[in-house]
Amino acid sequence: MSVLRNSTLLRHLLVTASFALVLFLAVYLVDDFSVNQVSTLAVYLCVCFGLTVLIGGNGQISLGHAALMAVGAYTMAKFLPSYADEFGQVSVGVVLAGLLLAIVVTTAVGAVIGLAAARLRGPYLAGATLALGVAVPGVTTYFHDTFNGEQGLPVASPVVPESMASAGWSIDRLVALIAVGCAVVVLFLVANLKRSGFGRHLAAVRDHEIAAQLCGLSVPREQVKAFALSAATAGLGGGVLGLVLQGANPHSFGLVLSLTVLGAVVIGGLGSLRGALWGSLIVVLLSRVLSELEVNDNAPAAAYGLLLMIVMLAAPGGIQGLVARLGGHLPRRSPQPQGGN
Amino acid sequence: MERFILFTVNGLAFGAIYASVALALVIIWRATRVLNFAQGAQAVASAYVAWVVTDLTGSYWLGLAAALVSGLLLGALVQLTVFRRAESMPPLNAVIVGVGLLIFIEAVLGMIFSIEHTRTIDAAFGSTKLRIADTPLVSPQDLFVIGSVLAVMVAIGWLMTKTPVGLRMRAAAFAPDTARLMGVRVPRMLTLGWALAGFAGALAAMLVLPTSAELVPQAMDGVFVLGFTAAVVGGLDSPVGAVVGGIVSGLVLSYTSGYLSSDLLYPATLVLLIAVLLVKPEGLFSSVQARRV
Repeated sequence: MSVLRNSTLLRHLLVTASFALVLFLAVYLVDDFSVNQVSTLAVYLCVCFGLTVLIGGNGQISLGHAALMAVGAYTMAKFLPSYADEFGQVSVGVVLAGLLLAIVVTTAVGAVIGLAAARLRGPYLAGATLALGVAVPGVTTYFHDTFNGEQGLPVASPVVPESMASAGWSIDRLVALIAVGCAVVVLFLVANLKRSGFGRHLAAVRDHEIAAQLCGLSVPREQVKAFALSAATAGLGGGVLGLVLQGANPHSFGLVLSLTVLGAVVIGGLGSLRGALWGSLIVVLLSRVLSELEVNDNAPAAAYGLLLMIVMLAAPGGIQGLVARLGGHLPRRSPQPQGGN
Repeated sequence: MERFILFTVNGLAFGAIYASVALALVIIWRATRVLNFAQGAQAVASAYVAWVVTDLTGSYWLGLAAALVSGLLLGALVQLTVFRRAESMPPLNAVIVGVGLLIFIEAVLGMIFSIEHTRTIDAAFGSTKLRIADTPLVSPQDLFVIGSVLAVMVAIGWLMTKTPVGLRMRAAAFAPDTARLMGVRVPRMLTLGWALAGFAGALAAMLVLPTSAELVPQAMDGVFVLGFTAAVVGGLDSPVGAVVGGIVSGLVLSYTSGYLSSDLLYPATLVLLIAVLLVKPEGLFSSVQARRV
């Protein structure tokens, strides 16, 4: 046991492995209808793991993360067609290369936005990122030749390899497998980054900018790094979402998506990766349950909105904060602006 | 030249609307240091009230009155229920509460008013441009927009600076503790501020919605961003700045979308906003404020 306690890497490996096991089982076992929801969950996980580091871990905020996801999806849409076969499909390897490219492009874009964001605080940053999110449709229509306006671009599907096809795997299930794989990798990397010097620098900047500066940290540099990291995971999530939706268009990457991922990390508990997991699960399950009850198309959104307000006003630590309190653990850090640990 | 006049008049009319949203944000920001991200959603809710009243009575003016009154009430209600607690919280929490309220109001509106119906908010007056010396100049609706926003601005300015209530409101905003000791009921003054902001937001919605194709719960999302930009251009602390910021951003955006492409409205807004935030973050009219430690 003491080995486990002493080695963060080993502990994270074990946690990630069990997380991976559950998700892969989910991909394997769910019915054809639900497999898309597993993919959606994995997309939310990718994005939320990064966003929670940005908001809870570094004290910045983004109301326009869907714009970064759109960058990832459009990168996929632009990259894949050159490698497509006669049916317009691409091999799994090309899809993975596309996702890597999506991460690179989005990280670059995120770093540029982060440069501006590092000079903004609180509500100003929130408003500026909101403006970013709202600007996406206009950009896609203005550069109509590149992005095909409101219609958007198709994203090629991966070819199901022979061995899987003979075992009855559909394209949707393969996409879910890729999505879940991405979420697992992101979880492992972000969990380690958070516990490394990198994560502690971000937390230092969040907790007290001037103290962090006195310790020799460059506040803007740490903030740009946090933004770039969250952009990288958002780009990956967006690329995967492009695969799931088989297309990239401004409507799918609009304000609703930005606010939903924000809602997920807040409801789950800001700054906590487990919180991001709870939040993403709630968002996906809530829309599934409420749509099966056929209450109203807007019922899930009304529920998130209400939850978001209640969580912020009554339990800023979110679900993870409540879980930690029930488990008798006090938050390891003093309650910070954005809530718990 | 004809195009220039057209874009200028449009810019002024839209600028007046942005100024109205900006004023709503500034009133609340000054009093509570909260940026109300639900302002646009509240305004749409008021517009729906107007639609219902106009639908029942057939009168535009009763609808407008209902929108303004419901804007006042909704503003007060929102402060009393949600923001009274959020005001004392760190800025990010208040932002997130506002976002939660925005999602909630839009979703509830979507639940009540199904999208199968097409609803519109009509303009009070015609939008045919009056011609002077054969140049189309300005439409009655443009005049109504600019005039009504100006009237509301003057009224709010008068209320704030010339009346005892306004004095109490300013005292509550700037020195809450001292004001409380002097017998000002600070919470009540803050509620009043939120109500006035709701009024200004509702007016903006009633003026801008006739220009959009349909009344939908998300109709004000973009206008909120424009109003926020206007408020930042002028300085979030200054009501005069809100007006000037509204006019400036109205003109700048009208020229960009007119001469270049209307698709560029929001991208240009983003550029304008970022430029102002990076070059002069305190806005044109605000006193310089050192960052708090």
